[in-house]
Amino acid sequence: MPTVTYVAYDGSETIVNGFAGDSVMETAVRNGVPGIVAECGGSLSCATCHVFVCSDSAGVFPPRADLEDDMLDGTAVDREENSRLSCQLKLTDDVAVHVQTPETQV
Amino acid sequence: MSTPAQPRTGTLIVGNCQAGVQIASTLRELGDTGPITLVGEEPHAPYQRPPLSKAFLKGEATADSLAFRTHDFYREHDIELVTRERIVTITRDERGGVAVAESGRIFPFARLALATGAVPRTIPFEGSELEGVTYLRTATEATVLEQQLHQATNVVVVGGGFIGLEVAAGARAAGKNVTVLEAAPRLIGRAVCEQTSEFYLQAHRRRGTRVVLNAKVVRFTGEHDRVTGVELGDGTVVPAEVVLIGVGVIPRTELAGQLGLEVDNGIVVDTHALASDGLTVAAGDCANMPNPSIADFGQGRLRLESVQNAVEQAKVAAATLLGQVAEHKTVPWFWSDQADLKLQIAGLSGGHDQVVLRGDPDSEKFSLLYYRDGILIAADCVNSPLDFMAVRNALHKGQSIPAALATDTAVPLKKSVTDVLLPVPSPAA
Repeated sequence: MPTVTYVAYDGSETIVNGFAGDSVMETAVRNGVPGIVAECGGSLSCATCHVFVCSDSAGVFPPRADLEDDMLDGTAVDREENSRLSCQLKLTDDVAVHVQTPETQV
Repeated sequence: MSTPAQPRTGTLIVGNCQAGVQIASTLRELGDTGPITLVGEEPHAPYQRPPLSKAFLKGEATADSLAFRTHDFYREHDIELVTRERIVTITRDERGGVAVAESGRIFPFARLALATGAVPRTIPFEGSELEGVTYLRTATEATVLEQQLHQATNVVVVGGGFIGLEVAAGARAAGKNVTVLEAAPRLIGRAVCEQTSEFYLQAHRRRGTRVVLNAKVVRFTGEHDRVTGVELGDGTVVPAEVVLIGVGVIPRTELAGQLGLEVDNGIVVDTHALASDGLTVAAGDCANMPNPSIADFGQGRLRLESVQNAVEQAKVAAATLLGQVAEHKTVPWFWSDQADLKLQIAGLSGGHDQVVLRGDPDSEKFSLLYYRDGILIAADCVNSPLDFMAVRNALHKGQSIPAALATDTAVPLKKSVTDVLLPVPSPAA
């Protein structure tokens, strides 16, 4: 079973057991993890599920597609090298992922 | 803390929907420890509705996969989720009240939130009762529609708004003969300007969908209780095994009416999501509120049917229930996915006096920016997420993008954002 550790802006951690095939965004929202808004439900329309992928998880996900890359230019907190939209990060079996959520999403 | 002398019966939220779930979640986030009951008539745990007209009809989503929260979430946050119970009567005074479901089950409460949503507007044509004539609001309806579409060759969509066009695009992509019948002279007339309407007309026609504007539907024809076609005013009959009617929604205000709340195209609320009794809150599609748009804050009243509005108004409603001061003030935004066309709308364009085109509609990648008195108030962005984000962020900060700069597609819109120069107030005499 994949696990996701969400590190909030204040440093607090929430660890959630997810399911392979679900996104990091869906896993957060279904479990009520604060820090990810995801208004559009994963249709790449809102850029409110911005996360920073921690260095130990950098190689877990395939690279950004163009549309995700474009949307990241409009996030509420400016993007960084490790920025992703978590709706595009699909979990696979038994991965353990660490992501940091920004101070705000809107 | 509850004491035997002051039994508290917690918060009742009517409506298992986006707004309802958000009110419950926010109450807990804000530290409310009282009982919370979320009740609704649908058989499913609350789920996302926007995919019902998109991924759901392709068989790529189910009510379970679209659920907002896990069952564990409700349990862990001590939120009692009650499905299949339709509340039919509510009475209350300033200390609380009682809601009664159709089944007779009783839900007492100290605090009440209405997230009753809306129902599709029905049209009483002859033949509306035929099998194959459907509306789309719930996962149950979407399940039926998906099965019917699967077996159909000819599909007619009555109503050229977002839901109708999304379903039409999906059915066309699946190889159906699709006809959209719109009574008005243009598509999506309620939400976008003429240029955007014209673009969508051409885009759907390019993809092989037949679109009839100024269409006058006379009746639905049928055989053996099944729909076979749609008869138009000129006597022609468009063949159809499936007819989807998407002609808008009507807010559900029956319970608000029972409570004596002011109702006018929705439950009338203030910027704190508080209804006219000063006790009950309402949020989402059912609420008629002062304009929440930063650009026109408080100017007139409106009702918004969007995910973002449901979520943000629900957060305000939850705070209000707890006696905190929060205000519903935002940049309204909307999206619609039709075929490979992603429409994102930022802001409310009402009252615009200028529309500026950025990009080339023939490339299916462009934006239309709306101005009033030279100041940016909204934009329709087609396959242009960067423009959308730039406009949304600018409006959020009370900034503008000069029209003269907006047309240059070589320069990203976010580079052209400027502060709005407010008129200098004249010195007091």
